[in-house]
Amino acid sequence: MSAVIVENIIKTYGAKKNVVTALNDISFEVKKGELFGIIGPDGAGKTSLFRILTTLLIADKGKAAVDGFDVVKDYKEIRKRVGYMPGKFSLYQDLSVEENLEFFATIFNTSIEQNYDLIKDIYRQIEPFKKRKAGKLSGGMKQKLALSCALIHRPSVLFLDEPTTGVDAVSRKEFWEMLKKLKEQGITILVSTPYMDEAGLCDEVALIQTGKILSINTPQGIIKDFKKPLWAVKSSDMLRLLNEMQALDDVEDIYPFGEYHHVLLKKEYGREQLVQWIRNYSHEDAVVQKVEPDIEDCFISLMKN
Amino acid sequence: MFILLGMPIVQIIIFGFALTNEVKNAKIAVLDNSKDEASLSLISQIDASRYFELEKNLHSYTEIETEFRRGKIKLALVIPQHFAEDIQHLHKTQVQLIADASDPNVANTLTNYAASVIMDYQKRITNDKKLPYTIDTELRMLYNPQLKGAYNFVPGVMAMVLLLVCTMMTAITIVKEKEMGTMEVMLVSPMKPQMIVLAKAVPYLVLSAVNIASILLLSVFVLEVPINGSLVLLVFESILFTLVSLSLGLLISSGAESQQTAMFISLIALFLPTIMLSGFMFPIENMPLPLRVISNIVPAKWYYSIVKSVMIKGTGLYVIWKETLILFGMMIFFLTLAIKKFKIRLA
Repeated sequence: MSAVIVENIIKTYGAKKNVVTALNDISFEVKKGELFGIIGPDGAGKTSLFRILTTLLIADKGKAAVDGFDVVKDYKEIRKRVGYMPGKFSLYQDLSVEENLEFFATIFNTSIEQNYDLIKDIYRQIEPFKKRKAGKLSGGMKQKLALSCALIHRPSVLFLDEPTTGVDAVSRKEFWEMLKKLKEQGITILVSTPYMDEAGLCDEVALIQTGKILSINTPQGIIKDFKKPLWAVKSSDMLRLLNEMQALDDVEDIYPFGEYHHVLLKKEYGREQLVQWIRNYSHEDAVVQKVEPDIEDCFISLMKN
Repeated sequence: MFILLGMPIVQIIIFGFALTNEVKNAKIAVLDNSKDEASLSLISQIDASRYFELEKNLHSYTEIETEFRRGKIKLALVIPQHFAEDIQHLHKTQVQLIADASDPNVANTLTNYAASVIMDYQKRITNDKKLPYTIDTELRMLYNPQLKGAYNFVPGVMAMVLLLVCTMMTAITIVKEKEMGTMEVMLVSPMKPQMIVLAKAVPYLVLSAVNIASILLLSVFVLEVPINGSLVLLVFESILFTLVSLSLGLLISSGAESQQTAMFISLIALFLPTIMLSGFMFPIENMPLPLRVISNIVPAKWYYSIVKSVMIKGTGLYVIWKETLILFGMMIFFLTLAIKKFKIRLA
């Protein structure tokens, strides 16, 4: 049985005149014990999707089930067994770290001791500050506390809405390592993020844009599906290079990528041919390399189509 | 915007026309012990004045007290025996005016009106006589012989404080949870929505109990306003009113999305009507009919009259059962509505 099933979900906001479609006919499945990533830019509909799955919103059309329970009909059952961490820090700022954890343990009819082993690794990092008010914690520590609170009742499915937004690079890495450990405990995790580089850390990812799913696959599968030749080019005048190549008919797409521009061509070219081509535009020092696409290249190309 | 432009207009109209300290058509009772030509003529002159309306003819002194307790009348006129004879032969007599001074301002105004009407009557009958007739008026201020203002404002302040603490604070704290996002997390938990609502209300109930106690202690020991009725009844009624205010707060919170909105609604929809339409600042009797009708849905109006009856007049439940029942009904109504309207989801 799948942990999460979403079938043809449609969600719109607003009245007749200016209707905003947040989710447009979305379907996917998440297997039990999977770390499922939902990747998309701001406003893609990630939060709406999470709120529908955590029974906080009702979809206009379509069905969804979490852990075998319908999100509308059996919302009470779902609320007992999922963990939810909203995108905005949503704990009691004026309670201490310890008090927050105790509070959430109480409302889920459990105690810290009962499930301490599950949150031990995470909570230990913030335990030195357990007397501090939650509002006075740093961004990374807030996320750890929020995750501890969402886990305190040993949920079967964990929903994390943009847990790494606004968190420093080191804390982000730590956070993903924690998620991997939780996965080993058998918890199904749905995580949304606007950072494409985090996609590679998931078992499966869904790319979502303006309410539509562009692709669902394993990170490896997504890369494999990328069939077009990809080149990296570099010269001393990167901006001129970008503008000039954008104007060319044979260039399907060009975008800055680290210290290079990645170029997607419509036809097969030999390396020499391409170098010659660029040098014609008086970029004498141009460097051209054939590169293997990574997941970001795949997403950029999926989003542009 | 509408509120900014509309408020001054509404306020000017309300203050200008409706809220006056002038008293019109005050209910008056007469104990006529002589029942002769002179006394009847005096009574009809009083009744004819636009300030008074004859409510009842009484037959004994004890009836006066009962009528006042019921809150039916504001003023009583006692005419002694042999009223006409005394005027004719002694050229001198005396009448007694008894006023309900639990509202000292109204009592003062009314006794002045009555005294001037009696003066008029005295002038009229003296007109063609050489020796002037004199009718002395003896005043008695019931419940509040010293005409202390505190007798009036203690019940009013109680109503206001309880309303402010309970309604506004409950509304604001629940809406704050919505704003902070904690409500979102709380909803995705096995907690029942009713539990969340009640748990939010309990602290304010306790807080209000402390407020009631401190107001009562201060008024008794510092302002020297006595509690003439039963303390238990007074506390019971106050808790009832607190519950009404709490339910109102919960109701507001289920509709408001931000703390400002919650505060604004509490102030405009509750605080102003409480000040203007509860009878605490301006007597309701003199307001035009629409305002009198509206005043009936202001919970503080009923509570104010209950507190005045119990604390100042010392009446029991038998007089204020109607008000109590109304408050009780309001509580049930607002509470059911609040729980029903409480959103188990975000939208």
